Amino acid sequence: MIDEKFDVIVVGAGPAGNAAAYTMAKEGLKVLQLERGEYPGSKNVQGAILYADALEKIIPDFREDAPLERHVIEQRMWMLDDNSYVGMHYRSEDFNEEKPNRYTIIRAQFDKWFSRKVRDAGAVVLCETTVTELLRDTRGKVIGVRTDRAGGTIMADMVVLAEGVNGLVGQRAGLRKELKPDAVALAVKEMHFLPRETIEARFNLKGNEGVVIEIMGTVTNGMTGTAFIYTNQESLSVGIGCMVSDFVKSDTSPYALLEAFKNHPSIKPLLAGSEIKEYAGHLIPEGGYKEIPELYGDGWLVVGDAGHFVNAVHREGSNLAMTTGRIAAETIVWLKRRRDPFIADNLAEYARRLEQTFVMKDMKKYKDIPNFLHAKADTVFGLYPRLISKAAQTWFRVDGVDKRTKEKEILQSFRKGRTLTGLIGDAFKLARAWR
Amino acid sequence: MHIIVCIKQVPDSAQIRVHPVTNTIMRQGVPTIINPYDLVALEEALRLRDRLGGSVTVLTMGPPTAEDSLRKALTFGADRAVLLTDRYFAGSDTLATSYALAHAIKKVAEMWGEPDIVFTGKQTIDGDTAQVGPGIAKRLKLNQLTYVSAIKELDMDSRTLTVERRAEGGVQVLKTRLPVLITVLEGINEMRRGTMEAALNAARAQVTIWNATDAGIPELTLCGLRGSPTVVKKVFAPGARTEKAHQIETKGLSPAEIAEAALAEIFQRQPAVEADVMRNAESI
Repeated sequence: MIDEKFDVIVVGAGPAGNAAAYTMAKEGLKVLQLERGEYPGSKNVQGAILYADALEKIIPDFREDAPLERHVIEQRMWMLDDNSYVGMHYRSEDFNEEKPNRYTIIRAQFDKWFSRKVRDAGAVVLCETTVTELLRDTRGKVIGVRTDRAGGTIMADMVVLAEGVNGLVGQRAGLRKELKPDAVALAVKEMHFLPRETIEARFNLKGNEGVVIEIMGTVTNGMTGTAFIYTNQESLSVGIGCMVSDFVKSDTSPYALLEAFKNHPSIKPLLAGSEIKEYAGHLIPEGGYKEIPELYGDGWLVVGDAGHFVNAVHREGSNLAMTTGRIAAETIVWLKRRRDPFIADNLAEYARRLEQTFVMKDMKKYKDIPNFLHAKADTVFGLYPRLISKAAQTWFRVDGVDKRTKEKEILQSFRKGRTLTGLIGDAFKLARAWR
Repeated sequence: MHIIVCIKQVPDSAQIRVHPVTNTIMRQGVPTIINPYDLVALEEALRLRDRLGGSVTVLTMGPPTAEDSLRKALTFGADRAVLLTDRYFAGSDTLATSYALAHAIKKVAEMWGEPDIVFTGKQTIDGDTAQVGPGIAKRLKLNQLTYVSAIKELDMDSRTLTVERRAEGGVQVLKTRLPVLITVLEGINEMRRGTMEAALNAARAQVTIWNATDAGIPELTLCGLRGSPTVVKKVFAPGARTEKAHQIETKGLSPAEIAEAALAEIFQRQPAVEADVMRNAESI
């Protein structure tokens, strides 16, 4: 047992934990951050895209020294069937702005940088230290943590759980339930190394410009999921993910899915000649608003993936993590200044502040989307991409058939694939879930 | 007792990439670790200190980021850490490295007392030369024991040390006087897990950072690229080769029968070897 007591212990050194630890340490609180990985970022996996806004609110001048790969100037959304893709591309010179909005990053490097900022702000950061248990007083208030190091019990006034998607500490303490297989996606990704010049020629880029490709379609075998390709300076991040429950049901392995994806005729040329050097897998909490657990209690609160803060539709997560980390930290600093005790009634302020941000607004907006996609997985990720691709092909192929007949053909293929009521129903349900 | 452990931060060799076009080693994004052999040395030093008292100083030469490795050494329980970093050191081969480290050790001795033992790993996993340890010993006129597999006895009264040293064809038991430089083999111990107290101390500890001047290095021309006569002529990734495997059938399974069949096969393919072996056999 360590005699020294801290104001706050932050469990985890991902974006949420780092945002929280940094914000509190900078405000002069005595912060201890515990990370089970060998170094901050060693356990963390992401595509990865950094959304500047969330980080800018924490470290305004992060662009000066953060390890950023490329700023995104072009977004591609692709819908795949077995042989084709139908795509929408948006590219704008406006994204070559002085302070770009989105960057590709490599998390192992980025997290190390972020952690250095946390340490420079004055927090004590310990890696290779796993929190095994929360300590409580007789009235149940959390008063510290037990760790797996010898003599590793430490007290604190407040514990911030930023322990990520699995959240074992919170689970063990009964603060949250075990993850449900239909509320969590399993994503796998590979790093494909290519010379800089090859990437720039292949994706029509110059300097540090980057492209992001988000993909859905038959490549997920009718499961709810998406794939992606992100351009880094000298590598491509290539990945695919689906709901865990779908993997179980379909008896497909994520790796087989990734292999099939990489061999798709529209994808293969983009990866040609690359050298794979890294394979990683991670869970993503995609259950949406309804899966958000209790966010606070006496002496504790939850941020980031542990709080199920992911906007699956927009592929946003790390920005929600940083924002919840920051808001939690600001709330704790505020309470500390007011000398208010860290009890549930006072920590409710954290939830109130979150309601005012895009985090809760977006989580609520899309609360019905996970159910919609899941119930309609076959249709949304299998049938529609096929129909749309077929329609495009019918439309573009010049073969002596008159245009009116082609239009009819397209319409009929939709009617055959899905009844009219089904089509209208899907559109209606999606619209309602999107609202 | 004062023990100095020299460590090196190396790229994790399991994750090194060679650029597909230029064939150069790509260091970007490759995680660094403490050279695994040096960890064995550090653990051995910590054990001696825990048993006999005194302190352990960890010393490294490298880029500013090598501080991470030193901090890690502190979490294991080392007492202090010194980073030798300067642009003058860039591009050092083993000659220049041992020169700089030898002077840094003199400086460490001035600050925190003469070392009784200097430890290094048997070699690094990136250079694989096993020259720096002996180089330091030579420059500091220390006795040296290389490839040590066990420290059998350390008598601080008579200031003598007995070790087992793995040599070709057996184990030597050697005794020498302190001060001594020891390079240790892998697998002779397992690195401990630092206590929470050590980890907390390490997180807050100041790593001592010296440049060439701080370390009292007299001749900068003997450091870094200028002081390094070694030249890397070419770096290349060995390509894949196809080799046909050949199965040798034997009549029986006794060792003699297997050996006979193997020999017959070799001699058939390499008549020159047969002639050679027979000639040697006759002379015996």
